[in-house]
Amino acid sequence: MNDTSAAPSRPPPPARRRRWTWIDTALLAAVLAALGWFAYRTEAVMFYRWNWSVVANYLIKVDPATGHWQPNALLDGLFATLRLAVWGLVLATLIGVPMGVARNSRRLFPRLVSGLYVMVIRNIPPLVLVFVVAFFVANQILPGLGIRAALARAPDWLQTTCAVLFGPPKIIENIIVGLLCLAIFTGAYVAEIVRAGIESVPRSQIEAGESLGLTRFQILRDVILPQALRNVLPPLANQFIQMIKDSSLVSLVSVQELTFVAQDVQIATQRVFEVFLFVGFLYFAVCWSLSRLFARLEARARAAG
Amino acid sequence: MTAAPMITMTGVNKWFGRFHVLKDIDLAVAAGERIVICGPSGSGKSTLIRCINRLEEHDEGRIVIDGIELDEDTRNIAAIRREVGMVFQQFNLFPHLTVLENCVLAQRRARGTPRKEAEARAMHYLERVRIPEQAGKYPARLSGGQQQRVAIARSLCMEPKVMLFDEPTSALDPEMIKEVLDVMIDLAGTGMTMIVVTHEMGFARQVADRMVFMDQGRIVEAASPADFFAAPKSDRASLFLSRILTH
Ligand SMILES: Nc1ncnc2c1ncn2[C@@H]1O[C@H](COP(=O)(O)OP(=O)(O)O)[C@@H](O)[C@H]1O
Ligand SMILES: [Mg+2]
Repeated sequence: MNDTSAAPSRPPPPARRRRWTWIDTALLAAVLAALGWFAYRTEAVMFYRWNWSVVANYLIKVDPATGHWQPNALLDGLFATLRLAVWGLVLATLIGVPMGVARNSRRLFPRLVSGLYVMVIRNIPPLVLVFVVAFFVANQILPGLGIRAALARAPDWLQTTCAVLFGPPKIIENIIVGLLCLAIFTGAYVAEIVRAGIESVPRSQIEAGESLGLTRFQILRDVILPQALRNVLPPLANQFIQMIKDSSLVSLVSVQELTFVAQDVQIATQRVFEVFLFVGFLYFAVCWSLSRLFARLEARARAAG
Repeated sequence: MTAAPMITMTGVNKWFGRFHVLKDIDLAVAAGERIVICGPSGSGKSTLIRCINRLEEHDEGRIVIDGIELDEDTRNIAAIRREVGMVFQQFNLFPHLTVLENCVLAQRRARGTPRKEAEARAMHYLERVRIPEQAGKYPARLSGGQQQRVAIARSLCMEPKVMLFDEPTSALDPEMIKEVLDVMIDLAGTGMTMIVVTHEMGFARQVADRMVFMDQGRIVEAASPADFFAAPKSDRASLFLSRILTH
């Protein structure tokens, strides 16, 4: 088919560039001015001398005994924060998804329980929750379980595994408490997001599943939840990023995560700016990576839609 | 038609709140029979066929399908839903699954069919609706007519004894209506028991064993297509026919 009378197809016109306007110039000038003022204050007025080598020293150090490089406090803190992030994400999902489903339940009892949970958590500050959980769980329940004692007697390989997966066995109870706080707190928001996601799936999808003979549970698992979660990926990503930032609260129960360690290093070195600027950068790097990961998930989900 | 009917509805009544949507419905459908239901919008056609697979609950009367009575018993409902396929006006495909996965899901979950076998059957029915080459695509990539054919294949994969169609071509652009009707005509040729709500009167003439005309929740008239189109007994049916046949 070589019909020359038809309008020949041609490539699209080049994409129009956004122009640089005077507003952009003004904004850039404002940013440069603010930076310049900050540099002037630190250099000339406060006579602040930057010393980034302390940060490097607290990141990795040479073990004097073996001569090998090994992670120092700040890097350990970063790892602790990453572990909190990963397990927090898993636990918050395990709590949040069933609670979100229960919010839409036909039965009264699950609706009541999940509604109460979300209402309580949403209306108390995370800090207060940390203290409450620390008191009840850490002081009343955990010691009775004897997890730490059991771990202390456990073989070396188990202790090492625990250290890699969760953190130092000595503070395992603090870590459990910290994780619980994060998961309970984040789970409530995840539940609300999941509920909204479920409500965003049209009823006709349930009917299609019913007409094929699927059970209510199968419809939930295979039809509703995959679509619901896909629809709420952006707010879910936000919530998990928020959780990573909230994980600094766990320093209050003596989990040596990034913020906890930063305070120690800052006291030891008296280098407030360098330490906290650097720690801020680390949090940024972690959160930004997670948001990229979610952006890719979203792109994949869109490709399927 | 001497064999026990595939579907028997006797004295079925249903209300939405205070609104009496189905009034004293009596309808028996023999195995292999093809029924076309028509009637003005809001007359209860959708509600009637949705009662047959329990997407809606009837309040009074009895519905028996292939010897199983529809009641509160969940096992009965599950059993009936496996025997009765339904095709919706808006297709209702699962958008997060490919065409093939749409056809495989319920076979695996509700029937426990092994994956290989389920996929083979899915491909078989996708060929029947003339769309096997789209098996790997997501529904959103297909035209309306293609989506509706996939929906038909998805239902057929459950090897139902009865197929319900609720205005399967009403949401389609005119040029796609034929491809869907052709598939349904094919299906009628296989001896499938079919209840079709549609205003496609050409299809009705060609395929229907019986026309059922509904108005205001009642079955006003049930007759062979020849009689129904030549001389509807009720004024309401002739008014309805004159409206849809002249546009
Ligand atoms: N879930 C519902 N709740 C209340 N009223 C409904 C519901 N579904 C349908 N109706 C009403 O019942 C009547 C019959 O609806 P339907 O069976 O969909 O008619 P048809 O398919 O013939 O157009 C309509 O007046 C409609 O508004
Ligand atoms: Mg309808």
